Amino acid sequence: MASAAAAAPPAAVTGPRKGIPPWAWALPPVAVLGLVFLYPLALVVQQSFRPDTGGTSAQAYGDVFASAAFREALGTTVWLALGSTAGCLLLGFVLALVIAFVPFPGGKAVAKFIDVFLSFPSFLITLALLFVYGTVGMANGLWTGATGAAEGPFQFLTTPWGVLLAEITYFTPFVMRPLLAAFSGIDTAQLEVASSLGARPARIVRQVVLPEALPALAAGGSLVLVLCLNEFGIVLFTGAKGVTTLPMLVYSKAILESDYPGACVVAVVNVLISVGLYGLYRVVSRRVGA
Amino acid sequence: MLVHSRKGKWATWAVFFVLFLPLFALPLLVVLAASFATNWSSAFPSGFTTGHYTAATRGESLQALTTSLVTALTASLIALVVGTWAALAGHALKKRGKRLLDALFMLPVAVPSVVVGLAILVAFSKPPMLLNGTRWIVVLAHAVLVTAFAHQSVSAAVVRLDPAYEQAAASLGARPSYVLWRVRLPLLLPSLTAAAGLCFALSMGELSATMMLYPPDWTPLPVQIYAATDRGALFTGSALAVVLMTATVLVLFAVSRIRTKASYR
Repeated sequence: MASAAAAAPPAAVTGPRKGIPPWAWALPPVAVLGLVFLYPLALVVQQSFRPDTGGTSAQAYGDVFASAAFREALGTTVWLALGSTAGCLLLGFVLALVIAFVPFPGGKAVAKFIDVFLSFPSFLITLALLFVYGTVGMANGLWTGATGAAEGPFQFLTTPWGVLLAEITYFTPFVMRPLLAAFSGIDTAQLEVASSLGARPARIVRQVVLPEALPALAAGGSLVLVLCLNEFGIVLFTGAKGVTTLPMLVYSKAILESDYPGACVVAVVNVLISVGLYGLYRVVSRRVGA
Repeated sequence: MLVHSRKGKWATWAVFFVLFLPLFALPLLVVLAASFATNWSSAFPSGFTTGHYTAATRGESLQALTTSLVTALTASLIALVVGTWAALAGHALKKRGKRLLDALFMLPVAVPSVVVGLAILVAFSKPPMLLNGTRWIVVLAHAVLVTAFAHQSVSAAVVRLDPAYEQAAASLGARPSYVLWRVRLPLLLPSLTAAAGLCFALSMGELSATMMLYPPDWTPLPVQIYAATDRGALFTGSALAVVLMTATVLVLFAVSRIRTKASYR
């Protein structure tokens, strides 16, 4: 395969000399993508219109939309994604602001740590939270040890709030990276001028830094929104029966209940929401040049 | 710069670390501490043991580690070849064609990984392409998921490539394949290794699509970690997670060594 790739694109460099047009070189990778990704995706859409009883009908859609489980999952997914995105934006903005404009020794190391953090899987956060806030974890252990109560006050892990905390923790670095890049483009002289003219830090942040950071905030925020809508590992590891999101519903319908038409319907809805938002993200980030 | 008084600076840093340490550093430390413990019901873990690691590097768990490594390596290689090819071919296209190609190759990022898993399961469960139940379906799913990232980082680097080098080579009579192999790919090497590292790390931690389609004889490490925590063996799960993180970081480190060597050329 490597040798095939090696022989491929140079016609693009030299142009029409060999008579193979540039678009022909783009065909093999597109064909591969079509076979292993686009065609399967089309099959999912097709299967969502094919109930187990045979024939073609939109009955599966009716069934799924009517079920309370689906509506609850849709609501949970959307509010968790919106809440996490808001939290990530706020937290990421504050943290990036300190790293960039109130520099401290070791700030570089912190930025590097964030890069490494991004390469770890999301479910590690939930696993860690189980030890910190779980039923017999650190926080509850401290509480019961101090008060002698039978159980601690931290029981939120298996509720949506636990998922929210994990998602904010995991996705904040995704906001911080573009923000730090945007902040490095701000001339510090601007801040010094504003400050010497008597502006307080809060005003400088609002009137000088924030306008510069808006594109990066928009781009990072919409990426995190899409990633939160698609998040599965965090919800799975929480192990909560009460928290069902759309990806979780796809998994449980397909693997646990073997209800493939139903799973495909939920999948189609989830893809439409995510791809729509992702398209918006691409438009926004292209327009602001981030 | 933003805060000038000494007191204000210290206050800002205090706020920073009060937010940063519990949220980002604590989770990793907690997993690390738990992997050496047998019990955790107060502020600190108790019952120091290395037994979880002995268990984590033996039998099923060791097999899960090699499974993950092989899967990630194969998927990254496939993703790198397809992604680089698409990036180079896309660079030669006109604006509209390039935009279409970019959108097509970024689509797997926007589609939920669970749905990618479901789609591949549906498509490859019947003849003529019967892959369900084999290890190849897992490798395929991982390759689909990480190709987008390989394509993105390589096509960003292709744009920055100075065309003078390849033009000079071509004007001296180098054949297109020679220009590609000896000029363009070496110049792209830093971004290729960076892309390889990213793909590898993502594939090592992939859980969503894998949960949909792994066969019983090909369970990657994240699935093993889930199985452990699901049956309540949290400490074993932590040891496995530490093994996963260490393997990922080691490979990332090795890959970044290649990059520094290449950039001196």
